[in-house]
Amino acid sequence: MIPRRYRVVHVWPELDDVMSMELAPLDGPSPQFKPGQFNMIYPFGVGEAAISISGDMTDPGRLIHTTRAVGAVSSAITGLTKGDMVGIRGPFGSHWPIEDQTGREIVFVAGGLGLPPLRPAIYHALQNRKDYDGLTIIHGARSPDTLVYPEELTEWKSRFDTEVDVTVDHALPGWTGRVGVVTTCLDRALAGMDAVNVSAFVCGPEVMMRFSAQSLIAAGVPCDRIWVSMERNMKCAIGFCGHCQYGPDFVCRDGPVFRYDKIARRLGLKEI
Amino acid sequence: MLVDHFIADGWRVIGPRAANGAIVYEPLRSGADLPKGLIDDQQPGSYRLTDGNPNRWFDYVVGPQNWKKWLFPAKQKLWSAEKTTDGFTVTAHEESYPKTVLFGVRPCDLSAIEILDSVFDNGDFTDTAYRERRQKTFIVTVQCARAASTCFCTSMRTGPRAKRGFDLALTELGESRDNAFLVESGSPDGDNVLTALDCPAPEKQHHDAAEKATQNAINDQSCHMPDDIRHLLRDNPEHPQWDDVADRCLSCANCTLACPTCFCSDVEDINDLSGDHTERWRSWDSCFSGAFSYIHGGSVRRSTKSRYRQWMTHKLSSWHDQFGTSGCVGCGRCIAWCPVGIDITAEAAVFAKDEE
Repeated sequence: MIPRRYRVVHVWPELDDVMSMELAPLDGPSPQFKPGQFNMIYPFGVGEAAISISGDMTDPGRLIHTTRAVGAVSSAITGLTKGDMVGIRGPFGSHWPIEDQTGREIVFVAGGLGLPPLRPAIYHALQNRKDYDGLTIIHGARSPDTLVYPEELTEWKSRFDTEVDVTVDHALPGWTGRVGVVTTCLDRALAGMDAVNVSAFVCGPEVMMRFSAQSLIAAGVPCDRIWVSMERNMKCAIGFCGHCQYGPDFVCRDGPVFRYDKIARRLGLKEI
Repeated sequence: MLVDHFIADGWRVIGPRAANGAIVYEPLRSGADLPKGLIDDQQPGSYRLTDGNPNRWFDYVVGPQNWKKWLFPAKQKLWSAEKTTDGFTVTAHEESYPKTVLFGVRPCDLSAIEILDSVFDNGDFTDTAYRERRQKTFIVTVQCARAASTCFCTSMRTGPRAKRGFDLALTELGESRDNAFLVESGSPDGDNVLTALDCPAPEKQHHDAAEKATQNAINDQSCHMPDDIRHLLRDNPEHPQWDDVADRCLSCANCTLACPTCFCSDVEDINDLSGDHTERWRSWDSCFSGAFSYIHGGSVRRSTKSRYRQWMTHKLSSWHDQFGTSGCVGCGRCIAWCPVGIDITAEAAVFAKDEE
């Protein structure tokens, strides 16, 4: 339960309350991570928060996290500047099994800050695009100014082999894109696919994941080819503290990434 | 006396004592500290110590505390960190746990310790401090000869007679001043102590008397946990009984603190005034608190109903999925120490009855 020390080598703003940072290890090399895993980040004297790893897994030496300032710890994390030191424990948890989906049509559905936990899997799919039948990335945000990684979305969209569809709940002046919930984009995208051959990775608020999974299943995507990522309070990340229990699962150890059919019943229950 | 033997041999002996009207588990100075002659009357929401047979050493059963406080302390320091010119340094906390005898552990509580072993060595991760404490711990079990009205170990198959898991096990025989104990060993360490004590070998009459004591503790039990409670709770997350119990439950967390297997913990970072020195402490926590399930935007489990459901379903159902056993050992503490007298076996019975 002892954190390893990292140096903040670079920070950059993403949104008003969202910041990304790159960390370099001080206490030995940074361990290899899998897409969808998370670290416990410790700003000195404040506490720890579970933050997903959002960088490229082929370059684990550049450890990248994207954090929104919500509570005391995440606010301290977003306040870090170049040269600061942080503690890291991890990587923890299950991962998006993107490497096991070769030959299939890949669909990523990201609601708001659900995009950073998916980005390592998106990077993998883009780097190994020929291994997959298709690649579609759907991102929904509250408004045009809260789209996450907008430059990358544009860059991905410019590739001829990748579909990117972006939607917002509320438009702003000048927005000429789509308005509506992600499931509208998802339904449209699925209409042109052989649903049985689709593998979907969904990350965002619980209600958004639930409705996205319903859309996927209604279109004919097999329920064991859909993955979601859950979030719960976490203190230890190693199955001791009990806070992250979600039914019989510890989100830190058995999750955060779950195959949809394993938790479908729980997703519909309130306060579970 | 066995307690004095261990103390003379340099062990710290933790055992039952009477304090503040209850049996507590604290260091013993000698065998004379044992609460001889006391008996406990336990009911839902009630616990009283009264005078029993003055010749009997162990007629009380379980007190409000439990042994986890010695193996998994309510507060423990994990590490400390110091600010430096270019960041900070982290130092792991080294604790010194003396070799310890847990004396008078009841069979239900022995099962609880076994359960904690599986929690803190969960296959992926090991709580090394817990493991070290366990390795330095010698367990003397006392087999039960009576049961409180809140006991239900027989239906949890954890007692009233332990067959393994202890180093030594005592069964108190007889009612007279010079009553004897049947001493059984359950480990090589226990064998060594038994050899050193040089006790006379037990005879058939001793085994028969021990059997009678066990039968007595079985006959005393009126509480019972339904056999299929694991699946009943798993399949009924929206049963109306959850609303019913939530109307009575105060969400006070007493049950989780009294429970010998509840293992949830919180961590807290404590800083000094200068802000240069900080420590991380781990402390017991309860799924009945609002902060327990807090994520951005609020608690996942806002209602008492959802917290009681989490506790009871975890204890009796999802624990099987996580650790291969029930999380309940039938000690009855949560019944006696619930301020409104909620009886987990009575709640379980409603689910079982509705299934029929």
